[in-house]
Amino acid sequence: MSVILDISKIDMVFPTPKGPFTALKEVDLQISKGEFVSLIGHSGCGKSTVLNVVAGLYQASTGGVILNGREVSEPGPERAVVFQNHSLLPWLTAYQNVELAVKQVFGRSKSKAEVRDWVEHNLKLVHMDHAMNKRPDEISGGMKQRVGIARALAMQPEVLLMDEPFGALDALTRAHMQDSLMEIQAELNNTVIMITHDVDEAVLLSDRIVMMTNGPAATIGEILDVNLERPRERLALAEDPEYNHLRSEVLKFLYEKQRKVEPISASKSAKESTKKTTEVA
Amino acid sequence: MTTTTTKVAKMNALQLNNAQFKSILQKATNLVALPLIGIVVFLLLWSMAADRIDTSLGKFPGPSSVVTQASTLYDEHVAEREKATAFYERQEKRNAERVAKDPNYQPKIRKYTGKETFFDQIITSLITVMSGFLLAALIAVPLGIAIGLNKSLNTAVNPIVQLFKPVSPLAWLPLVTMVVSAVYVSPEPVVPKSFLNSMITVTLCCIWPMVINTSVGVASIDKDLVNVSRVLRLPALKHVQKIVLPASVPAIFTGMRLSLGVAWMVLIAAEMLAQNPGLGKFVWDEFQNGSSDSLSRIMTAVIVIGFIGFLLDRVMLQLQRVVSWDKAGAH
Ligand SMILES: Nc1ncnc2c1ncn2[C@@H]1O[C@H](COP(=O)(O)OP(=O)(O)OP(=O)(O)O)[C@@H](O)[C@H]1O
Ligand SMILES: [Mg+2]
Repeated sequence: MSVILDISKIDMVFPTPKGPFTALKEVDLQISKGEFVSLIGHSGCGKSTVLNVVAGLYQASTGGVILNGREVSEPGPERAVVFQNHSLLPWLTAYQNVELAVKQVFGRSKSKAEVRDWVEHNLKLVHMDHAMNKRPDEISGGMKQRVGIARALAMQPEVLLMDEPFGALDALTRAHMQDSLMEIQAELNNTVIMITHDVDEAVLLSDRIVMMTNGPAATIGEILDVNLERPRERLALAEDPEYNHLRSEVLKFLYEKQRKVEPISASKSAKESTKKTTEVA
Repeated sequence: MTTTTTKVAKMNALQLNNAQFKSILQKATNLVALPLIGIVVFLLLWSMAADRIDTSLGKFPGPSSVVTQASTLYDEHVAEREKATAFYERQEKRNAERVAKDPNYQPKIRKYTGKETFFDQIITSLITVMSGFLLAALIAVPLGIAIGLNKSLNTAVNPIVQLFKPVSPLAWLPLVTMVVSAVYVSPEPVVPKSFLNSMITVTLCCIWPMVINTSVGVASIDKDLVNVSRVLRLPALKHVQKIVLPASVPAIFTGMRLSLGVAWMVLIAAEMLAQNPGLGKFVWDEFQNGSSDSLSRIMTAVIVIGFIGFLLDRVMLQLQRVVSWDKAGAH
């Protein structure tokens, strides 16, 4: 398989008032065309930072991201992003939100009618064609997320980047969205990087699960290959020994090897607050 | 059996109507009756208090004398307009006669220079406040957007804005007057100097709240929306047009409504202070006049000023409702 995206030994150091903060250290990952990779790790470890570097929204301090043999230096529609909280423009309808992206990316190559067809096609793909002319505040959270996905798909990206796309949804809607996403993925076979907090979601959707260590200086801890056959069916998988094995592997990584050491940070913040109060007094 | 069901259905319909009627009644009470009660109580208190206040110009005007004066002011306006028409008719006739006598005669057309009526002053004030406001918007909105988009520019301009924002525009008035008379010298001025003075004062008053609100609105655009624009690689101008401007429309309108309200108050004061035509001058002239009607005429003006201020705000609100996507913010 050909490597389409090469995340090559990136470090990310943020300048902060308290001095430089190393969020990522030597994150190195190669992704093949058509592969679905999910990033999992505890909150604050640096998953979004990796995604933002790939998107070009952040610049890595050292190392770089190479897409199709070219180094990435700024954001672009060939690396479309589905943001955690949909990020639809609230003053535009679902149709207009997708249209803005399509016009920007294909405005020169597509005629007016083609633009309209393409916008409608992508909204149909996420089953949102019935509410095309509704504004974001008139549709539910899951529907907004669908439109956000349609907007990203409509750019025909080389790599689709999703930052906890279903994180804000309730469990039922989330399951529904996962099924939709698998359907779309079966049809389009996109290259996808998806961040998630949900172990089941990671195993269900991915070809590979990338597990990150805790920050600071977070890096890739383990990579798990998921060789479950597609199409996958969540009910059948619940009984599948391979599925359950993979699931427990991820859980082990998260809760044994990378246990989040909350008490330390809690006592630290408590100390800080007492310090503050003494300072005030 | 069927008859009973229809009966029940009818009764249900009746009950429903009854409930609907009640809710409509409730709404009517809230929307019409309560404000009406408020106004009536206010009028009562006002007329009672007015009876008890004696001034050197007679009793303080109560509601009835204000109503009388309002109609007098209207009659005066109509009379003045008739005089003006009569003047122009006479002038035309005279000119026609002279041309008939002497074909080489170039007819002179003189403007009628009667007294401005109350209604003329209202129009003058309205035109002044709107022109000053529009001029301020033309400067403040682009400036606010630039400041909101560019941190360095914000840091550079912020001290100046903060310094001038608390200055009463009336303090500028003498400076504005002197500069306008020095700079604006033309034998046939398009607009009178006094108009320019008032208008610039209004602009100076409007500009700061608009700049501040616009720049804050622009600077606080959701970061994700900016990232959407970056991922799409929208060119700078398109970024402003498609993302920045719509996103900050609610903030821009907040600034506009704020400044229009203050501008209306300041304009009246400026007109009083500088004797520039407008409602302020009307009030001042009546005060100087000191006739027995003066106080009720001033009181009429006060109520009209308040009412126009209210209308201006309503118009802006309506405009905001039409322009802005954020229906929740427009109230
Ligand atoms: N712009 C920034 N400036 C300074 N520090 C940052 C910045 N962005 C992220 N960080 C820090 O880098 C670390 C990783 O953040 P990141 O948002 O990537 O975590 P995450 O894994 O996505 O967390 P979550 O699961 O909660 O979304 C955190 O400690 C965060 O405080
Ligand atoms: Mg994150």
